[in-house]
Amino acid sequence: MRTAFSTFRLRTVGFALAAGLLTPVAMAQDIKVGLVAALTGQSAQSGEAITRGLTIAIEQINARGGLLGRKVVLVRRDDESSPPKGVAAARELISSEKVSALFGGIDTPVSLAITPIANQSRTPFISVWAAGTGITVNGANPNYVFRVSAQDDLVDIALVRYASSRFGAKKPGLVLVNNAWGESNDKGLRAAAAAAKVELAGVEKIEMNDVDVTPQLSRLRNAGADALILVANAAPGAQMMKSRERMGWKVPVVSHWGISGGRFDELVGPSASDAHFVQTYSFFAPPNETGKAVMAELSSRYGVKGPADVIAPVGTANAYDAMRLLGIAIERAKSTEGDAIRKAMEDIDQYVGLIKTYKRPFSATDHEGLAPEDYVMVQYEGSRIVPVK
Amino acid sequence: MDRIALGSALITGTGLGCMYGLVALGYYVTYAASRTVNFAQGVPLMIGAVLVFALTNQLHWPVWAASLAAVGACAVFGLLVERLAVRPFVRRGSESWLMATIAVGLVMENIVLFTFGRDPRGLRNSLNDVGFDLGGLRITALQILIPVAGLLIAALLSSIVRSTRVGRELRAVALNPAAAQLMGVDPARIIALSYALSGALAGIAGVLIAPLYTVSAGMGTMFGIKAFAAAILGGIGGAWSVMLGGLVLGLAEAVIVAWAGSTYAQLIAFLLVIAVLALRPIGLFGRAVAQKV
Repeated sequence: MRTAFSTFRLRTVGFALAAGLLTPVAMAQDIKVGLVAALTGQSAQSGEAITRGLTIAIEQINARGGLLGRKVVLVRRDDESSPPKGVAAARELISSEKVSALFGGIDTPVSLAITPIANQSRTPFISVWAAGTGITVNGANPNYVFRVSAQDDLVDIALVRYASSRFGAKKPGLVLVNNAWGESNDKGLRAAAAAAKVELAGVEKIEMNDVDVTPQLSRLRNAGADALILVANAAPGAQMMKSRERMGWKVPVVSHWGISGGRFDELVGPSASDAHFVQTYSFFAPPNETGKAVMAELSSRYGVKGPADVIAPVGTANAYDAMRLLGIAIERAKSTEGDAIRKAMEDIDQYVGLIKTYKRPFSATDHEGLAPEDYVMVQYEGSRIVPVK
Repeated sequence: MDRIALGSALITGTGLGCMYGLVALGYYVTYAASRTVNFAQGVPLMIGAVLVFALTNQLHWPVWAASLAAVGACAVFGLLVERLAVRPFVRRGSESWLMATIAVGLVMENIVLFTFGRDPRGLRNSLNDVGFDLGGLRITALQILIPVAGLLIAALLSSIVRSTRVGRELRAVALNPAAAQLMGVDPARIIALSYALSGALAGIAGVLIAPLYTVSAGMGTMFGIKAFAAAILGGIGGAWSVMLGGLVLGLAEAVIVAWAGSTYAQLIAFLLVIAVLALRPIGLFGRAVAQKV
């Protein structure tokens, strides 16, 4: 027994030593890119969707020989939608894993917390979902933070315009989740309403674990709200929709895209289709060559049968394009050094992507890869996210 | 405050309060039997909700069968908590059961996270689709069932503790375990039974709240904390005081939400709890018991 145990121990030690000697060499050759996103919790679907987009892009890059002749490897960390956990994960990825660039997840508070770390460590940080304006417009010079996603201030303008044009809303009410993302949109929506000369019925805050939102909705109804503009993730957004249904209030709902980061359709039930919300991409749109290739990968790798099966589509689409843009920048820079990548990102000429053909997507003063004309309004049809008819 | 907002707050507050009360009754029964509690009492609530979701949505069991199975599983979980995390420490005269119950809860929460999945899920219940309109407010059958079930269970439990043999044994064990043993009562059996009942009560709360809320591995944490606050607020010495404590907390929360918004609800509600306990340490409805020395 003792001999067998000793043999096992010797083998284990030998294997560990061999792994210890060989692994760093193999790892050193790789270009590591990090992802800090919600992989568990209420927004877990968003993390999975982003992972899929990044993985497909990385596999395509590696199939063509990688970047600078080196393989690209994705290293993921779960922030659990918590800024302190996101900060710890980002620090670990930068200092221990030596990632060349970081991608962020759905939660604006987490990405806002990572932004100064990225700028201090000169690590390019690309937001592929979180839309908080302050993530990219952060006052740093040079600024290492980019975004291939919607930006709150621009989405807010689009939401107010859509509520007016589609539903004839003259006095919309705002329902905002009570966190930094809600705060960001509070300012943006007030400014957008003022610019459009639209009076707001009121602004109500909801919590992530609210069971009943009827009191907040009652106040908005009494104030004469003729549409609701919702900024929340799937679970609190669903509680708002269920309360609206219980009140028998058929008010139109125009929403930011946080509700698509979870099982909004299942949580709400049939009335989920009443919410029209913003996306940067719809897999139902006629695909270009990139779209066909991504769909084929989604199908073979994740068993996705068609556009209806794509979970949290913007996460996948934004992440895919962001990774391909980063790849172009690394090739242009001929380096994985943060400052070289940043300058190369600002200098990308053209890329035929999934969402659109990017023409000089970034500059030294503009780090937003997408613009309002790239946004599409969609709604749930059962569990499918389809463009609004 | 708007009439509909107030009406909705009262209905939601009563329902939530009864849920807090049901979970808090679990604290009461184990405290009464052994002067110990399961500090992860929110976990059997979560298990009840997750199991009823899995059994109805994935295995297509009828709701009644899934509910019974879920509550039964929660009772078994209560027994396990007592056997693994309470009894070994109490026997050694250690207070480490406090940490051990939290640890068992965390382990269970993680097991559910990895098996059930990461996403919050939505449970449809036909009782949520049936209802009536009252003054412009839709009241569903489930919103009526929750407080009715909560109050009936509190009444039943109070009656069992007062009038049945098991109840008398429980009170005897609580007063003096050694003397109770001399009189033929098995304290270990009574304490195990109290933990099973505690798990079942939280499980019932989980089954009832699941259609109104979202079902996830982390859903029990805040319910467990608030239920403990409710038990202390009402006075942990009696079934009715615990249930009333839950009702007061639930209603206070809901009215604060209606009046000032949910941002301040927890802040003000817990400040109220602290203020009440500062003025009345035995809880709002608790009775001081003279200790014979």
